[in-house]
Amino acid sequence: MTLSKKATCNSHGQDSSYFLGWQEYEKNPYDESRNPKGIIQMGLAENQLSFDVLESWLAENPDAAGFKNKGESNFRELALFQDYHGLPAFKNAMVQFMSEIRGNKVKFDPRKLVLSAGATSANESLIFCLADPGEAFLLPTPYYPGFDRDLKWRTGVEIVPIHCTSSTGYRITASALEDAYHLAHKRNLKVKGVLVTNPSNPLGITLTRTELNLLLKFVDTKGIHLISDEIYSGTVFNSPNFVSVMELLENRKYKDTDVSNRVHIVYSLSKDLGLPGFRVGAIYSNDDMVVAAATKMSSFGLVSSQTQYLLSAMLSDEKFAKSYIVENQNRLKNRHQMLVRGLKTAGISCLDSNAGLFCWVDMRHLLTSKTFEAEMELWKQIVYEVGLNISPGSSCHCDEPGWFRVCFANMSEDTLNLAIQRLRSFVDDISATRNAPRNSSKSTRKKLLSKWVFRLSFNDRERER
Amino acid sequence: MEVMLRNEEQILSKIATNDGHGENSAFFDGWKAYDSDSYHPTQNPNGVIQMGLAENQLTFDLVEEWVKNNPKASICTEEGANDFKDIAIFQDYHGLPEFRNAVARFMERVRGNRVRFNPDRIVMGGGATGAQETLAFCLADAGEALLVPTPYYPGNDRDLTWRTGVLLLPVVCESYNDFKITREALETAYKKAQDSNIKVKGLLLNNPSNPLGTVINRETLTESLNFITDKKIHLICDEIYSATVFSDPPFVSIAEIVQENPQCNLDYIHIVYSLSKDLGFPGFRVGIVYSYNDAVVTSARKMSSFGLVSTQTQRTIASMLSDDDFVARFLELSSRRLGTRHSLLTRGLAQVGIGSLKSNSGLYCWMDLRRLLNEATFEAEMELWRLIIKDVKLNVSPGASFHCSEPGWFRVCFANMDDETTMVALSRIHKFVIQKKGGESHAPRKQCRRSKLEINLSFRRLDEIMMTPHKMSPHSPMSSPLVRART
Repeated sequence: MTLSKKATCNSHGQDSSYFLGWQEYEKNPYDESRNPKGIIQMGLAENQLSFDVLESWLAENPDAAGFKNKGESNFRELALFQDYHGLPAFKNAMVQFMSEIRGNKVKFDPRKLVLSAGATSANESLIFCLADPGEAFLLPTPYYPGFDRDLKWRTGVEIVPIHCTSSTGYRITASALEDAYHLAHKRNLKVKGVLVTNPSNPLGITLTRTELNLLLKFVDTKGIHLISDEIYSGTVFNSPNFVSVMELLENRKYKDTDVSNRVHIVYSLSKDLGLPGFRVGAIYSNDDMVVAAATKMSSFGLVSSQTQYLLSAMLSDEKFAKSYIVENQNRLKNRHQMLVRGLKTAGISCLDSNAGLFCWVDMRHLLTSKTFEAEMELWKQIVYEVGLNISPGSSCHCDEPGWFRVCFANMSEDTLNLAIQRLRSFVDDISATRNAPRNSSKSTRKKLLSKWVFRLSFNDRERER
Repeated sequence: MEVMLRNEEQILSKIATNDGHGENSAFFDGWKAYDSDSYHPTQNPNGVIQMGLAENQLTFDLVEEWVKNNPKASICTEEGANDFKDIAIFQDYHGLPEFRNAVARFMERVRGNRVRFNPDRIVMGGGATGAQETLAFCLADAGEALLVPTPYYPGNDRDLTWRTGVLLLPVVCESYNDFKITREALETAYKKAQDSNIKVKGLLLNNPSNPLGTVINRETLTESLNFITDKKIHLICDEIYSATVFSDPPFVSIAEIVQENPQCNLDYIHIVYSLSKDLGFPGFRVGIVYSYNDAVVTSARKMSSFGLVSTQTQRTIASMLSDDDFVARFLELSSRRLGTRHSLLTRGLAQVGIGSLKSNSGLYCWMDLRRLLNEATFEAEMELWRLIIKDVKLNVSPGASFHCSEPGWFRVCFANMDDETTMVALSRIHKFVIQKKGGESHAPRKQCRRSKLEINLSFRRLDEIMMTPHKMSPHSPMSSPLVRART
């Protein structure tokens, strides 16, 4: 008896350290009262900062989720609604919300929006529409580890990296694009497009107009697609303001050209609204054929009509939506500042960022050597000894060892402060270790090690059951 | 223009530009006709009645009452609001434990508690559509095949093959033995695949069957199990209509068969389930993969990221299905109403000499219109079908769309409408049959006399239709005093 190759291979990427850190956290999760020594989850890019704002809207609008429309039960209509075109009111509300986030500089047509069960599903479907197995998409590194699963696993499409480095602030350059394109060719891979995340995960920075223009020029010249994953667009809390690729398309030379049909956006409410459980993702495309194909594919992952109805009510409350966006951004800004300052007191700096639910943290100076092995060692120490699940740069395909993604929006302020404290102690201990004579360093290390269970092997499949 | 289109197609994938989704088929013409001219009792009484949609709308009154009395089931009401945040951020692909427990228990209840389901084997899918595709991805590579008995649900073509590249090969079943699946038919299909150098990875059974509305009996299930064991291939049982059984023979799940055959290799056995048909909630996208194979559970669970059930919905369903009283009442009422509606339709059809396959489940019946074909060909079936859409104004589904091997069969849905609409549909069918037969023999009337004429519903509408002056054959049973409305 055999299963498919897909079922038995590792392309789902879940043996990577990104996911393994999660597993360790699940075995020993921090809880303020019940498990104060547990592992603090900083590897999860969740936005938990503004639930109270959502909850107060719900309290004021009881009909929306009680399956009621103007007091009358609409349970039946919702339960039966399985049209893959989606609930019109919901799509209208979505495009309005997306527009608001972009400062109303872009107008979206709800007929070009395709709903899907989360950005996970949207990204996969879009790749299924744009590329055949064995073809490739170029992605700037570092990138979200989940892309290995979402873009490659079942589609058979390859990812070829566009190398971006800290020396240039991780900006996408023309030469990096060309290099990636040629690398693909050398590997006999036909390039079908470029996928960027804007704002970037894991970097937390927004793409500049220069980069966007560069990208448009590149895909125009090569006759390929550009996917802009904009799921963090509502988390931009500092200047520069968010510029969507769609905004550039509205301008001058790109309007109504071929290339505008090859630019597609992916969106979701998981990050901006903090509702990952509701599985609301979307694809937006100017290409009718893509919209048609993606719509049919959405059958494999439609958004629950119950959820569409609730969110259409919420998002079409324009006043609420506007105020939510602003309040959410403020809270993210404060929390980001907290982490950055806290890390600074530990002598740790971050990439200067203006968006996202995480910081891209520079721990290169804490490595014992400039290698990924040293990065892994450091990471294991941080997970097991310090008790923080953060994501090592290698899991994001970063070129240089020593960078880590640290999330800040999925916990209380107290927990964040505790995390910073722990990190500070750890850094102090390391400095002490490195500066102290040999003997005492051994006992310090022993003390650190004995606090936590030190696991050497990560490939424990049984746990997956 | 053509050149542009070709260029356009080249920059998209083959999947995006081929017909694997099945929606370009001529069979969608019925839907298009319905969409452009939908029946409504007052606003458009001459519109097309939708009888091509297998939906279960008969028990919503009970569900709505439950929803009203259980505000805590919703996370957005005052009573449930405390849980809003936890539910909204929960994206673990294992699903809410209470959801899995409730679904497992519900599946057990539907099977008369004769089997146990382990909640840890419950994996989510984006509706049965997503669940089927996930299983195909897990069990077969592109170019490999699954065997499916005909006639089968047309969506299988899209769900199992479109993006997976897996092939579907028919196991031909025929009307002479009521479309039962025979070992011979299975062996023939398998051999045909081998002869074409196609590797078969599994057999997909649909029990109860769509479009037949019949349950697969114990012997056939056991025979199928023997077959797959022999060939060392997988067995996928799509049991999404399991709670729509309304009369004997009782539903036997593959779960019972494996219980009775402890020597069988469980790693080959997988079940697909959904709440779209049994409960009537297609909009909530609750699909389930239940596998006895640990590796498949693990893999399918990772794939479920592409089609998780909204936690808002998981929560509502968990609440609803753990209410034992509600579940008991629902199952009993739903089954009874489906049975009554089925009877109404089949007897109404019998009155004009239209038979249907004897069935005891599903939301449709498999109607035999072979006698109305001009000739026993699929072209004639198409012609008849277009006539039914255009003149009779009913969207029914022709057997060819289900890959039926014999022309003349049509699937007619009955649970997606109220009694009155059913009567309107029946009266249109009556009229059509009579007009088609013209002054033919009395066979229809004989059948009419033999059939019991207890049609239990509101007859005012029928009376109105009956009294409408229209040309009727002198032998028309419609004018027979035996067809008497009962108020």
